[in-house]
Amino acid sequence: MKYQNVLTTCPYCGVGCGLFLQVLDGELVGVLPAKEHPVSQGRLCIKGWNAASFVNHPDRLRVPMIRRDGQLREASWDEALDLIAERLTAVKAECGPDGIGFLVSAKCTNEENYLLQKLARVAIGTNNVDHCARL
Amino acid sequence: MAPLIEEVRSLVRSRLSDVEGVVALRRTTQGTAPYLFGSADEVGELVLAPRYPLATIVSLLQKRYTEAVLGVVARACDVRALVEMAKRAQVFPDRLWIVAVSCTADEAQECHCAQPAPQIDGLLNAVVLGEAVAGAQPNPLVAQYNDMPLEERREFWRQQFVKCIKCYGCRNICPECFCEACALENPLWVEPGVLAPPFPTFHLIRAMHMASRCVACRQCELTCPAHIPLTVLYDLIRRDVADLLGYEPGSDIKSVPPLSLDLTDAPLRKH
Repeated sequence: MKYQNVLTTCPYCGVGCGLFLQVLDGELVGVLPAKEHPVSQGRLCIKGWNAASFVNHPDRLRVPMIRRDGQLREASWDEALDLIAERLTAVKAECGPDGIGFLVSAKCTNEENYLLQKLARVAIGTNNVDHCARL
Repeated sequence: MAPLIEEVRSLVRSRLSDVEGVVALRRTTQGTAPYLFGSADEVGELVLAPRYPLATIVSLLQKRYTEAVLGVVARACDVRALVEMAKRAQVFPDRLWIVAVSCTADEAQECHCAQPAPQIDGLLNAVVLGEAVAGAQPNPLVAQYNDMPLEERREFWRQQFVKCIKCYGCRNICPECFCEACALENPLWVEPGVLAPPFPTFHLIRAMHMASRCVACRQCELTCPAHIPLTVLYDLIRRDVADLLGYEPGSDIKSVPPLSLDLTDAPLRKH
């Protein structure tokens, strides 16, 4: 029997509330607010309280999916990334760099968001970078 | 005399081999959280604050491991929660060793706690450590509220409940909220996706369901992101249950909760 709590940051928005994932015998069984966390001080919103529910959800996207002939099919990462590179290159050739926009996310880390804007500005050459927190 | 925390740690260390593990708070670089202590070298990280609903963790483990004997380091409010949960088959005291720790006068005052000294009468496998202190002054907001005329009281709650963001944190953290089907998730009572929640039903449904259950642990108020003074509401519920039904939740494992229906000896009507 092993029960422990693992500290993490709520994945849902940019506030960054602290929460504990309750782990019983290696299985995720629930969430507790982190009472000593400087940001959230033991408080969470409904998303934070449910931050564990998607982890083992059957609908969770676990592999890349490519839509061909109207049907979503599982694909390998190589296939998916090749397709993305191919389409981005084609759209850029046809419409120019500003034909492409990039959406970053509050659910990602600062570093991941930084990398995506770098891809947008340096690799593609556009300032079309936006963020879900602006909605 | 050794400080209280050392007394607790040394008692836990000495009994660790008799139990499957001891539920208590552990402070690491990640902060403080509930933990199941299994080995003596971890016990140096055992602490007593901040309070978490440890009775809920005991319930989780006891339901998963139906034979295991566990220990728990509990405050007075945790003991009350365990007692009330035991009456509803959520924890099993015959498989539980309780190290009950008295709160200090300062801690009691912070919670406006009326009963900071653990009551372990009727719990066979329990010890109390620390000096018992008297109950603290009640929350002054309760007296202020009681002085208000009816309309003003309604307005008081309207202004408080409109802040609610429906996080369900009060319900989630409450050791006595363990129903699998919750009325607050029933669209009949609470329309999904609408803020603020229906006034005053949302909070009063929970308050009514807490009658004869609320053990005044204050976890709901501490976790409320909207800073709603929920202990005012629950102090009043506890007062009414005491006045009308003569029941004090968590005080005595032998007394029967007045709102629970026991059908064991009910005659079966033949059709």
